Amino acid sequence: MKETNSPRNWWLRGGRVIDPAHDRDERADVWIVDGRIAAIRPVEEARRGGPGGASAGAISDNEDGGGRSGHEAGSAGDEELRAALGAAVGTLAGLQTLDADGLLVLPGLVDMHVHLREPGQERKETIATGARAALAGGFTSVACMPNTEPALDNAAAIRFVRERAAAARAARVYPIGAITKGRRGEELAPVGEMVEAGAVAISDDGNPVADAALLRHALEYSLRFGIPVIEHCDDPTLSAGGVMNEGPTALRLGLRGIPAAGEVSCVFRDCLLAELAGTGARLHIAHVSTAGAVEVLRWARSRGIQVTAEVTPHHLLLTEEAVASSGYDPDTKVNPPLRTEADRRALLAALREGLIDCIASDHAPHMSEEKNVEYDLAPFGIVGLETTLGLVVTDLIAPGLLTWSDAVWRLAAAPARVLGLPGGAGTLGPGAVADVVLVDPEAEWVVEPGTFYSRGRNTPFRGRELKGQVIYAFVGGELRFDRTRGGFLT
Amino acid sequence: MPFQRKDLLGLEDLTRSEIEEILDTARPMLEVFSRPVKKYPTLRGRIMVNLFYEPSTRTRTSFELAAKALSADVVNIAVSTSSVTKGESLADTAHTLEALGADWIVLRHSSSGAPAWLARRVRAGVINAGDGSHEHPTQGLLDLFTLRQRKGRIEGLRVGIVGDVLHSRVARSDIWGLTKLGAQVVLIGPPTLVPPGIERILDKNPVHAAEPPITVAYDLKEVLPVLDAVVVLRLQLERQKRGLFPSVEEYSRLYRLDSERLREWGAKPDLVVMHPGPANLGLEISEELANSDRSAIREQVRNGVAVRMAVLYLLAGGTVTG
Ligand SMILES: [Zn+2]
Ligand SMILES: [Zn+2]
Repeated sequence: MKETNSPRNWWLRGGRVIDPAHDRDERADVWIVDGRIAAIRPVEEARRGGPGGASAGAISDNEDGGGRSGHEAGSAGDEELRAALGAAVGTLAGLQTLDADGLLVLPGLVDMHVHLREPGQERKETIATGARAALAGGFTSVACMPNTEPALDNAAAIRFVRERAAAARAARVYPIGAITKGRRGEELAPVGEMVEAGAVAISDDGNPVADAALLRHALEYSLRFGIPVIEHCDDPTLSAGGVMNEGPTALRLGLRGIPAAGEVSCVFRDCLLAELAGTGARLHIAHVSTAGAVEVLRWARSRGIQVTAEVTPHHLLLTEEAVASSGYDPDTKVNPPLRTEADRRALLAALREGLIDCIASDHAPHMSEEKNVEYDLAPFGIVGLETTLGLVVTDLIAPGLLTWSDAVWRLAAAPARVLGLPGGAGTLGPGAVADVVLVDPEAEWVVEPGTFYSRGRNTPFRGRELKGQVIYAFVGGELRFDRTRGGFLT
Repeated sequence: MPFQRKDLLGLEDLTRSEIEEILDTARPMLEVFSRPVKKYPTLRGRIMVNLFYEPSTRTRTSFELAAKALSADVVNIAVSTSSVTKGESLADTAHTLEALGADWIVLRHSSSGAPAWLARRVRAGVINAGDGSHEHPTQGLLDLFTLRQRKGRIEGLRVGIVGDVLHSRVARSDIWGLTKLGAQVVLIGPPTLVPPGIERILDKNPVHAAEPPITVAYDLKEVLPVLDAVVVLRLQLERQKRGLFPSVEEYSRLYRLDSERLREWGAKPDLVVMHPGPANLGLEISEELANSDRSAIREQVRNGVAVRMAVLYLLAGGTVTG
């Protein structure tokens, strides 16, 4: 790359641009100027399949030619395009060209539910390692849960996360503040101060807010700031001591169960509290895992209650039977637990139908020393930042359960909308911040946790053969991840 | 079919013929008690380690006698729960034992699945000596052996299991063993300890039977007359604290077995009574019944050694001769 070229001006040529927020799924050129999407133009029929292109994924400077010269853009553009690209570029030679032929050009994905463990548990993960894992997995933005040590329950803690994330120069990291001080479920945390410092939501994830009056107040109070309250739905009195889904499989394995009823009743209670809190209160249900919760969501939507929901890849793709078939492998231990086939099918149907809005990984890294123990003793959690996209491509898109557009909506635009992220995050409209990922949908790879950027290796998908891999990832128009050049450039 | 396994993790994993092979192999092993020299040279030079994360003198001693009767060397390791919290992991300990030459690790552990988990991580054979609420396969085998000894068969028998089925590893091994060998199992106790859905644990491993292989009964009195044998489970008193039954008194009134009750409630005269021990005498079973002719409790203890000898012998690669 030449020093003379601004690193934030790009011409992404000929990829399949998928942006469900603007109903776009077509071959198009994307121009990025000063870190923002400047223009998108469909590739003209005449240029399609034309001779003399560089090989897929190659980056070249226009001054060197590289098989294509700057003025070629003129054939796809016009005066309007030149105006859109602006004086900053002048001639198109000021752009770096990336041949995206054969690649998908997607808005940067958004994972609204991750655990980055810092501060306090840096041996499991740090903000920097988590942000890198995110970007390598296609997520240009993540929202991190506040169950750190200490909890993210004040403005200083929120600022700390943002500073660490900025220094990491990988994915953007949006902190989620705690609902209650110290996540103890007793007193409301200073929501206003946290939002001012950059918190995008509040949650006591790991636990529900057991005190109904307190959660009601949290829903009411957060209305003032327009942020969602994210609930981890469970009934701790029912799930106490449980390590897997309650039912015949748990009975067979002799493991204490976590009944579906705990989640369902909590979702129901929370929806009623959101209704009490009134119009504008925004409830978001984390990691829905049961068919019963799906039914409650359907009922709540029909009543006009404003509630959104997410589901994880592991709940969409695995069942409790994985605990048995893996020989009690603690990598299958997760909260909420893997449920039954009937639950799994209901979640998939709800995701397709839009009743569940988002796919989120609930990335929960642990040290292998902590996980490599007896099932009862192992901590809950599965890492997902680096496997989510591949699993969605292989197990949902390839078999025709989701279209690319539907998948990108649920992985980008929908979570960005739930969190109210700025800059047109999750979309590729003109003027949007250029968080863009280029994906090779045909690339085949094997899940080898040892190669993860995350410090966590705890995944039940170890050894899975997947399709679909991020090749380039831009954040604010800056190319930060380039798999063809070994990964991170920053 | 020769017995070819590295580990004995549970009766769920075994086929009917494998179970029968173990029982058949155990029969001649019983002679060890009547021989002047109580030893066979079969396992000379082999090492069996009793690795017990829960105290159990009874099971440990039984394994130790079985191994010694086959001339194996025995090492006993009792791990206190405090050293577990100090971070000495099960995997570390097992790898150390393996490095020191252990051929078999006999594992007793409070976590269900610990033996299955360990078996995938060590080359040594792993024998489950009771894991959490999961299985206690050698107890299940000795129950089968004892029942066959008393009744001459397992097929077609109706066997009640009374008590805390929910938390009992003995109950699970008995369920697998009995149903695979063609008996019907009746699970008896309060619904809090015999939870709904328990009869569906066979779903993943169905056995072929004309009648449902597992049924549930909450009323002991009602079902007692049809039983050929009954396994009385030990009641863990701490279950009361979790609200699973209101009081020991009430439990005893509803589910205790004694001779008078067996008469009054119309039990078969040849009903066999078993208990995995140690019994809370007077609570789930009366001392008098435990010592009566109906009781097979003493045979169970002896048979336990023979069955464990058979297991070690077969895991070492022996096959039945003659
Ligand atoms: Zn959670
Ligand atoms: Zn979480």
